[in-house]
Amino acid sequence: MATEQRRAGLIRVLALIRKESLQMRRDPSSIAIGVLLPVMLVLLFGYGLSLDVKNVPVAVVLEAPSPEATELAAGFSLSPYFRSQTLIAMPQALALMNSREIDAIVRVRPDFARQLALGNAEVEVLLHGSDANYARLVQAYAEGAIGQWRARRQAEGQSTLVGPVTIASRLWFNEANNSRYFLVPGLIVLVMTLIGTFLTALVMAREWERGTLEALFVTPVRVAEIMIGKTVPYFLLGLTGLILCLLSAKYLFDVPFRGSVTVLLLISMVYLLVSLGLGLLISAAVKNQFVASQLAVLTTFLPAMMLSGFLFDIRSMPTFLKMLTQLLPARYYVDLLQTLFLAGNVWAVIIPDTLVLLAMAAFFLWRASAMIWKRLE
Amino acid sequence: MTEQDRSDSRLNHNADFLVTAYDIRKTFKQGKQLITALDGISLQIVPGTLSALVGPDGAGKTTLLRLLAGLLNLDGGSLQVLGIDVAVDPQAVQSRIGYMPQRFGLYDDLTVQENLDLYADLHGLAQAIRLSRYTQLLEMTHLAEFTHRLAGRLSGGMKQKLGLACTLLSSPALLLLDEPTVGVDPLSRRELWQIIHHLVQQEKLTVLISTAYLDEAEHCQLAIVLSQGKILSQGPPEVLRSSATGKVFLLQPAIGQLARNLQARLLNHPSVADALPEGGWVRTVFHQPPADTQNPCPQQLGDTQLNSLAIPANFEDGFMLLLQKTRPPATQTPEQNLQLSKTFKHSAGEVVIEVRDLLCRFGAFTAVDHVSFEVKRGEIFGLLGPNGAGKTTTFRMLCGLLAATSGSLTVLGQDLRFAGAAARQRIGYVAQKFALYGQLSATENLEFFASAYGLHGQQRRERLAWAIQQFELADMMQQPSEQLPGGYRQRLAMAAALMHEPEVLFLDEPTSGADPLARRDFWRRITGLAEQGVTIVVTTHFMEEAEYCDRAVIQDAGRLLAQGTPAEIRAYGKRSDGGRPSMEDAFIQIVETARAHGH
Repeated sequence: MATEQRRAGLIRVLALIRKESLQMRRDPSSIAIGVLLPVMLVLLFGYGLSLDVKNVPVAVVLEAPSPEATELAAGFSLSPYFRSQTLIAMPQALALMNSREIDAIVRVRPDFARQLALGNAEVEVLLHGSDANYARLVQAYAEGAIGQWRARRQAEGQSTLVGPVTIASRLWFNEANNSRYFLVPGLIVLVMTLIGTFLTALVMAREWERGTLEALFVTPVRVAEIMIGKTVPYFLLGLTGLILCLLSAKYLFDVPFRGSVTVLLLISMVYLLVSLGLGLLISAAVKNQFVASQLAVLTTFLPAMMLSGFLFDIRSMPTFLKMLTQLLPARYYVDLLQTLFLAGNVWAVIIPDTLVLLAMAAFFLWRASAMIWKRLE
Repeated sequence: MTEQDRSDSRLNHNADFLVTAYDIRKTFKQGKQLITALDGISLQIVPGTLSALVGPDGAGKTTLLRLLAGLLNLDGGSLQVLGIDVAVDPQAVQSRIGYMPQRFGLYDDLTVQENLDLYADLHGLAQAIRLSRYTQLLEMTHLAEFTHRLAGRLSGGMKQKLGLACTLLSSPALLLLDEPTVGVDPLSRRELWQIIHHLVQQEKLTVLISTAYLDEAEHCQLAIVLSQGKILSQGPPEVLRSSATGKVFLLQPAIGQLARNLQARLLNHPSVADALPEGGWVRTVFHQPPADTQNPCPQQLGDTQLNSLAIPANFEDGFMLLLQKTRPPATQTPEQNLQLSKTFKHSAGEVVIEVRDLLCRFGAFTAVDHVSFEVKRGEIFGLLGPNGAGKTTTFRMLCGLLAATSGSLTVLGQDLRFAGAAARQRIGYVAQKFALYGQLSATENLEFFASAYGLHGQQRRERLAWAIQQFELADMMQQPSEQLPGGYRQRLAMAAALMHEPEVLFLDEPTSGADPLARRDFWRRITGLAEQGVTIVVTTHFMEEAEYCDRAVIQDAGRLLAQGTPAEIRAYGKRSDGGRPSMEDAFIQIVETARAHGH
């Protein structure tokens, strides 16, 4: 009897999986999100978006020419990161700044040479702050250029600047300072989040909306079977997206991969389960396609993009946001991916992060199965 | 032995009931309000019988069926289905019954066969009997040649039949059908009922069906009349029918008077429970059998004596009598007909809409196939036909929303596709399912539509007050329109389309899914509008509503099959029993003849 019941249950699950796969195959939007979107994102982010800053327009204002100041200016004009012009007065530079023809001003005051000789010279760097992230990068480059000049003078045994010029250390694990190396792993997070949460929330909400669940409920089918029937096809679609991203990372962008592929796949499966659980939870809570898709984007996709450390470094976030990211599954996955891609199998990172994701997956799937029950109210 | 005797004898042999409900209650929370959907319902269903659940919109029919299917939690009372307490073990009930919700959950992107396979697997139908069951059901539903078609591409009637087939796969012990015939064309409706009768008679299935079509209750052994969450009457349909016996008459309008105008005046009379145009006459139900059966018409109505004919009552007559008794006086039909601030004068026979040889193709599919007709000012003009006949497509072309492939059409002398705002100002359009903004309240919707038609200031306030008064909208003005009951939404949509007092009003399936009371109210308003010179074009699949039209056309598969006055169209019909053919008989006859000729 028990085995017979199990068999009937298996037949029902298989029927639901087949139904879902057929729908997926016939619905261009799920194919678009599962296959086309990863490819598009990879191409877009890989070729179009680059966080490397080059040829920053900058004005070096030498208010009184001196050999030392000219030498400093040369540091900017020869750097590939800057496209500099040398001016002799601030008003002109400020005008350029206001019309956003330049993004930074390096001001060398008239008494620069004299102060330098006294050992307390300063160089003022003014940044266009409208794009804070960009400004911070430019700041770092400018400090780098000034630092190089200072280092050379120090090496030559001459007096140099005082004050807070810090020099960025070599960028670890991204020797080439190539942002693609961390963008592509980030893409995997986006794709998996979209397929896992967005698509699942959408298709489940569609069943509520179209009333197909109402008819399904009045059959021998159990809630757990409905959930498995929904999860399996999207789990596989997510893995397809993952493989597409991995292949393009390797063959299109030559992103180094230093960890183990098996570990990556296992971790991604755990993250997919987290996403799917969240998607099912959202659709069970709102039962409306439009609201479900909005919620999915707001609670998973946007945070995955903004707060997971994929685009913006978590370390530079305000404390409140930093704490918020602790709740974000994507944050742990980004951490894991960047570690696997750029550093290798660092178990000290992999084990705790994976445990957190496993706990989240269990929580969301449990909540979803508690919320989807065969009732219409 | 009659149908009734059979069920009585079965009752004696088998005292067990498939459904036993005692004093069941159900309330829903809507915002902060508690809404009582079911208020102490008790009923019993005998195995092997066909029972109908009838009642106006919002009476609680769907809630009751969902409770039986274990899809809602009971708030009070006890409910046993197949001897199982639904509250305790809903899954045990769900595994053994068949349930077809109002919008049956077919997967539109699966084929007919795939939908069947899915439900066969879910019900655990053994492979050995699967093939024979498929064959039997496909044959019964006439879907055998469509097994590879996507369910989404089926017509409304075919979808319902497929839904029925899916629920029947497992040979359920009890079949619950929630308004399976709503929005289905007469031919498919007849087929569905043939299937249901076959199931009850041959397969001894027990069926509980909810319906908005009162004539359908007549085919059942038990009719349960539900209104506002309470059972008004429960028993064989004959009981309700006989309550109207001796009170039903056909009255012939005086020469030159339209049946619908006589109907409107009769409805206003306190002695009249119900009046409906029928075959150019007016079917009238009086509260009490009239003293003078030769001249039942009340004296106050006109000077001339009207020809009359006493006729046998039907279930609907009894139903209307019952409902009128329980209806609170506040919601009685308005005393006054709908009043516009102006009337549209017209010279006799002025053509307002002219359609010549209209053709519309979508790829290889011809939606509208060389259709021609004209509509005169002040007419009520009906476009009748089953789902997918091309009514809505014709409509969209008339309103300038869709380009015709070829042919010409003019509305008020212009093609609306190219006409400016001034011409559009002169028409009103009520789309199928009522294009209202669901999240906006009734007031906000009306204000929006008034502004969209350029009304503002004092004028807008006046029109708003007019709409609220004329359409009895006052009691639910602040609720989001998506939460409003169907009848109220329909009135709201009509009010929105009339804010700017158009000369021509287009209504696409305005009465679809509405209950008999709401439909009478609707036609009363339409009749009032026509009297004031508004030209009305309306599509419907309720064939008897053609009786309200001055002229109507019948469309099927894009082609125009017949046109004329209601009397002319009805003349196409014939009945095997020799009785007076109804509009529906005529429709079925016309469509079947046309299809037999190779279409």
